[in-house]
Amino acid sequence: MLSKRIIPCLDVKDGRTVKGVNFVDLRDAGDPVELAWNYSRQGADELVFLDITATHERRKTMVELVKSVARQVNIPFTIGGGINEIADADALLNAGADKISINSAAVRNPALIDELAKAFGVQFVVIAVDTRVSGDKNIVHLNGGRIPTEKETLDWILEAESRGAGEILLTSMDHDGTKAGFDNGLLKIINDAVHIPVIASGGAGSVQHFVDVFEKTNVDAALAASVFHYGEILIPDLKEVLRQNNIEVRTLAE
Amino acid sequence: MVGIISYGAGNIFSLTAALERLGIPYGMIFKEEDFDQYDRYIIPGVGHAGAAMNKLEQTGLIPKIKSLTKPVLGICVGMQLLTAHSEEGDSNLLNIFPVKTLRFKDSADYKVPHTGWNQTFPEKGNPLFENIPNGSHFYFVHSYFIEYDESYTLSSTDYNNKFSASIWRDNFFGVQFHPEKSGKYGETLLTNFSKI
Repeated sequence: MLSKRIIPCLDVKDGRTVKGVNFVDLRDAGDPVELAWNYSRQGADELVFLDITATHERRKTMVELVKSVARQVNIPFTIGGGINEIADADALLNAGADKISINSAAVRNPALIDELAKAFGVQFVVIAVDTRVSGDKNIVHLNGGRIPTEKETLDWILEAESRGAGEILLTSMDHDGTKAGFDNGLLKIINDAVHIPVIASGGAGSVQHFVDVFEKTNVDAALAASVFHYGEILIPDLKEVLRQNNIEVRTLAE
Repeated sequence: MVGIISYGAGNIFSLTAALERLGIPYGMIFKEEDFDQYDRYIIPGVGHAGAAMNKLEQTGLIPKIKSLTKPVLGICVGMQLLTAHSEEGDSNLLNIFPVKTLRFKDSADYKVPHTGWNQTFPEKGNPLFENIPNGSHFYFVHSYFIEYDESYTLSSTDYNNKFSASIWRDNFFGVQFHPEKSGKYGETLLTNFSKI
């Protein structure tokens, strides 16, 4: 059976991990490559790197980061943040990234999704969507949830799918940082509406939250950052609990 | 030494990185004379099978590839190229394996692309899966699959239907999953191939 995926997300700036990480045994907690390698050893199924570098050197920095990760790590990874054009994506995929994640650039220019899917194949194109409740609607937001758009979340995701998105990374900005659980209501609606994989993001605080999101919404993957970085949830323990709940997870080699 | 057939279909950085980690020497093949330097070959490939086939045709290497008697491993689309035909772009392919590459029927329960870690089960004794337990997980990302075939399926995987996660005929092997991204077992498989 296809396994449910557990995905740690790393924020990276100028080639360094920015959010605090307090793993034991890490020589350099700011080194995304060492962190990625550690996660792969723990049994992470995939990694997401979110680059928040804001300098004109960013593409070069990202390419170097992607190459370093691809050299050392034997699981797939996605890179997102600031990908605005085909050339950005091309450079990152050639450096060894398995997927690229597009957020604001796709909202501003939806045709970019068609172009990327045509150039590289749908399996490389992850559309990241930040959603927040506004009134009684789920609305797509930009810039980490600060700027609302005109787009309703479900409508936008269906449009992205039809344009060639290969996967949806849905972050609930209302749940993000609360550690109160994923937005299972919205995630179920989205997951039932699309025929491409969905990654749940925002709100993970306990092992039970991962059990809940898979049982209640049947999403394909769940992503979290701080609970993993701070060691509040250890991936082997998480997977054991998922397994006990009859949720299919990957068995690691000894 | 592994010769990677270069025909411009997708990035091979992750593959060469994996070979380097494993200490498996490799080089690139651009023209027919290059084949003699190697004792086994990998055909990589990502993206559109029809487009990949067009690029391979432009290299002029197809007659040579079909005549190879040393071990050959096709990966992902590089494996699909070994089949007779793909529904992707209605493309005729190398026909080293007289089987078809078909598209998954997508549904809410079986999303396409088939993305993530799935189990594969060898159907017969073989050198490629040595030291890899039955039912180990490998990383897949694909919308098209090679139909199950009693003669040629080396290992099968289930996703809505049973399909060929790997195939084997004489010296030709193919894997649908990405061994270079499939953790320890993927690395074991690449090491096994380097010793066939």
